[in-house]
Amino acid sequence: MINVLITIQFKEDVLDPEGKAIAASLHNLGYSEVGAVMTGRLIRLTLDESDTARAMQKAAKMCEVLLVNTIIETYDITIEDGEENSA
Amino acid sequence: MPSIAVIRFPGSNCDRDIITGVASITGTKPSAIWYKDTDIARHDLIILPGGFSFGDYLRGGAIAARAPIMDEIQDHVWRGGYVLGICNGFQILTESELLPGALMRNVGLKYVCRDVVIKAHHADDGLLSAFKDGQSFRMPVAHNEGNYYADEETLARLQDKGQIAFTYTAGIGGDKHIDANPNGAIEDIAGIVSENGRVLGMMPHPERNLDPIHGGGGQDGRQLLKNLIEAVAP
Repeated sequence: MINVLITIQFKEDVLDPEGKAIAASLHNLGYSEVGAVMTGRLIRLTLDESDTARAMQKAAKMCEVLLVNTIIETYDITIEDGEENSA
Repeated sequence: MPSIAVIRFPGSNCDRDIITGVASITGTKPSAIWYKDTDIARHDLIILPGGFSFGDYLRGGAIAARAPIMDEIQDHVWRGGYVLGICNGFQILTESELLPGALMRNVGLKYVCRDVVIKAHHADDGLLSAFKDGQSFRMPVAHNEGNYYADEETLARLQDKGQIAFTYTAGIGGDKHIDANPNGAIEDIAGIVSENGRVLGMMPHPERNLDPIHGGGGQDGRQLLKNLIEAVAP
């Protein structure tokens, strides 16, 4: 079993209204040092797989076909031991 | 009259309204097709109704867009068939890439449920052929993710090829209090069509404006649906 963490965020030029609202709220609470806030989504899944490279490949495929809307979002895949792959 | 079918996904909830609406125009009840059935070949127009298909988990329309019936709908589109997606149906069409762009969370972060006024754009072919340029319609929107987004290149292509079907506009007549854009959609886009004009996605709900008891005159939704049906079978 391999544990895979997928982090999904909006692309930089895509407006993240939730992030903006959170930033405004933090400012209201006095955290004036807060700059941009970006929200995202974390998906954790276990794969019945022993090879980390193959696990990474399969997770990337899952991101492309379902988990991520690549028109507006980007993703990072992390295997539990810390190996990373961005797209 | 054209043969029309409405696809039902788990969580669709405007299916009955659109079936009733279409039947009141054509005199024939459209077929209701459960998403696990895949025989849609004999229909001219496939309608993807509003609702919360599969609970809108992951993203609005994302899971429905990957259901096997969408392969059949893709084939139907390749055969030159017509498709109308309303609200969640529009989200399913962008998620399945039958239409470009994406529908994001409303800019105000609120679920928006109110009347809007939209302006139609005419095209010589396809589903917009029975609309007059600038023809206005008032009807409700009800959505959380209706904020249409497309990157600059896609947007330029939509504008170039006349694929922007409907845009939000300020109120007409006695309805000047209606703000134009309810969700922050880029270029006030309320609906778009495919390049061949035969696949249309729109956020407003014509099926909720069919009768005077629906308020706001109650005939604009009916007129809009009439125009679409007329385009399918002139």
